[in-house]
Amino acid sequence: MSEMKNYTLNFGPQHPAAHGVLRLILELDGEVVERADPHIGLLHRGTEKLAESKPYNQSIGYMDRLDYVSMMCNEHAYVMSIEKMLGLKVPERAEYIRVMFDEITRIMNHLMWIGTHALDVGAMSVFLYAFRERETLIDCYEAVSGSRMHATYYRPGGVYRDLPDTMPQYLDSKLRSEEKLKEINENRQGSLLDFIEDFAKNFPKSIQQYSDLLTDNRIWKQRLVNIAIVSPERAMQLGFTGAMLRGSGVEWDIRKNEPYSVYDKLDFEVPVGVTGDCYDRYLVRMEEMRQSTNIINQCVAWLKANPGPVMSDDHKVTPPNREDMKDDMESLIHHFKLFTEGYCLPEGEAYTAVEAPKGEFGVYMVSDGANKPYRVKIRAPGFAHLAAMDEMSRGHMLSDVVTIIGSQDIVFGEVDR
Amino acid sequence: MKELKQKLSKAFGKKNVTEAYDELTLVINSDNVVEVCHKLKDEFKFEILIDLCGVDYLTYGESDWNGNASSSGFGRARQAQKSTNQKDQRFGVIYHLLSVSSNQRLRVKALLSTDNLMIQSVTKIWNCADWFEREAFDLFGILFENHNDLRRILTDYGFVGHPLRKDFPMIGEVEMRYDDQLGRVVYEPVSIEPNVNVPRVIRK
Repeated sequence: MSEMKNYTLNFGPQHPAAHGVLRLILELDGEVVERADPHIGLLHRGTEKLAESKPYNQSIGYMDRLDYVSMMCNEHAYVMSIEKMLGLKVPERAEYIRVMFDEITRIMNHLMWIGTHALDVGAMSVFLYAFRERETLIDCYEAVSGSRMHATYYRPGGVYRDLPDTMPQYLDSKLRSEEKLKEINENRQGSLLDFIEDFAKNFPKSIQQYSDLLTDNRIWKQRLVNIAIVSPERAMQLGFTGAMLRGSGVEWDIRKNEPYSVYDKLDFEVPVGVTGDCYDRYLVRMEEMRQSTNIINQCVAWLKANPGPVMSDDHKVTPPNREDMKDDMESLIHHFKLFTEGYCLPEGEAYTAVEAPKGEFGVYMVSDGANKPYRVKIRAPGFAHLAAMDEMSRGHMLSDVVTIIGSQDIVFGEVDR
Repeated sequence: MKELKQKLSKAFGKKNVTEAYDELTLVINSDNVVEVCHKLKDEFKFEILIDLCGVDYLTYGESDWNGNASSSGFGRARQAQKSTNQKDQRFGVIYHLLSVSSNQRLRVKALLSTDNLMIQSVTKIWNCADWFEREAFDLFGILFENHNDLRRILTDYGFVGHPLRKDFPMIGEVEMRYDDQLGRVVYEPVSIEPNVNVPRVIRK
């Protein structure tokens, strides 16, 4: 018999299960992974360098494009770091809107994750259902910011504008009957808050549907249970955050432990896993969706009862009212200064982190007192998770690598920056 | 946090611990980074290294309007300034630590001397430092001693230079295109002009 040799396999960068542009060099012994070496950077766009050359406000849009399935959470970390250094107070209504959209984003991200994860593992239908629900949430993004994904909705000092009172309607089309049109427009008759409330009412049923399809599914369990077990000690050693850390049984959630925005006023639970395998991480994320729905309900109730401003009135940082500009000299000057030069942050440095759907998303901002950041370092959760790929996949089968990538919830926008 | 500040001051000297925006910063000497980090992990229970990054302080505190701007006009700001700063400690390595058990954070800052861009690796203490150190090496050229696998990570295969250094132009040095005649991809010096739309100003 000829001597057996290890086999090196190039996985990606153009592979549907590589979640974008991951290139993995796998060293295989038969079908068992001996070593995995992820090559990243194929989506590197130099966000940090670009941010250094622009006034603070012009980089908010770049944050959307980092983790491009949880856009508003990234924005939140960025604007919070600016607000922290300026000592800027944000109106309470804006905080509630932000938290509501953070949770909408979390559900959006998890829907994307469950869909692609299931697709990678071999269950096609979950993907279709998950994207149906995700579409509703993208409509919320669109209603509030005019953009389906890259919203640039959060601004230092609040949010760009208040929630709209009407929802856009589907129009008459040759492709659907009048009854159908009436049916799909039915939940769009009220304001955006009514629309979100309606979603939150129906969504638990959808989660139950995914859960029915997967949780006790034999094939799903065979593929996930006991795959890539990470002990709590190792999880901390590897720099895990978010659902990856909680899946391993460490109770740590920035929303609970270091509450930012108005999370301390809201009531929710933090799910924690036991064994730290892919299945536990799946269960944790499923429960997070239920908790997020709960938070959304609380925010909707508060927002309905409490109208008010959504933007700070410190016009050194936020644009003045358009009408005031017409007869108020000072407003005109503020407007001109803000849009030509921007504002300066005091000299210093600050690190702000939010609990993004994937883990801790942090922004380390260094300012030398100028109108542009001196250095912005983006701490992406996926970067640390992907670094653990080698350790997590070692000793598992080639097909499990796909499960692990799905379980890590990798998005290359944030890993490569 | 007060308690932690006192304990840190006692262990590492009072003048090295500063507080700003409710965050603690510990400035250390780059030579004994491993020693300090061991202590922070074992005694102060900072189990997680959240982030490690480099910073280039070359143009810190310089604005585009310094000097006689009125005689040369706005065009002055359209080109990136050459810094005349000579700094003894141009680069810094910043560690962000998190303690899950005591719910505390700490920033550790080590400045490097310009003629020796070498610092000890902390991969043995926190394994996740591996990729973060590779990134700092890639983007700033900071060398980490005792790192097992110090390769470039984010930039292209065969990339030259360290892009996040302040003297690296934003438009880059080379551009890439497919050459029909040669039948392969070729690299050429960049043809676009640097452009600054908003000059950098510092207002105190």
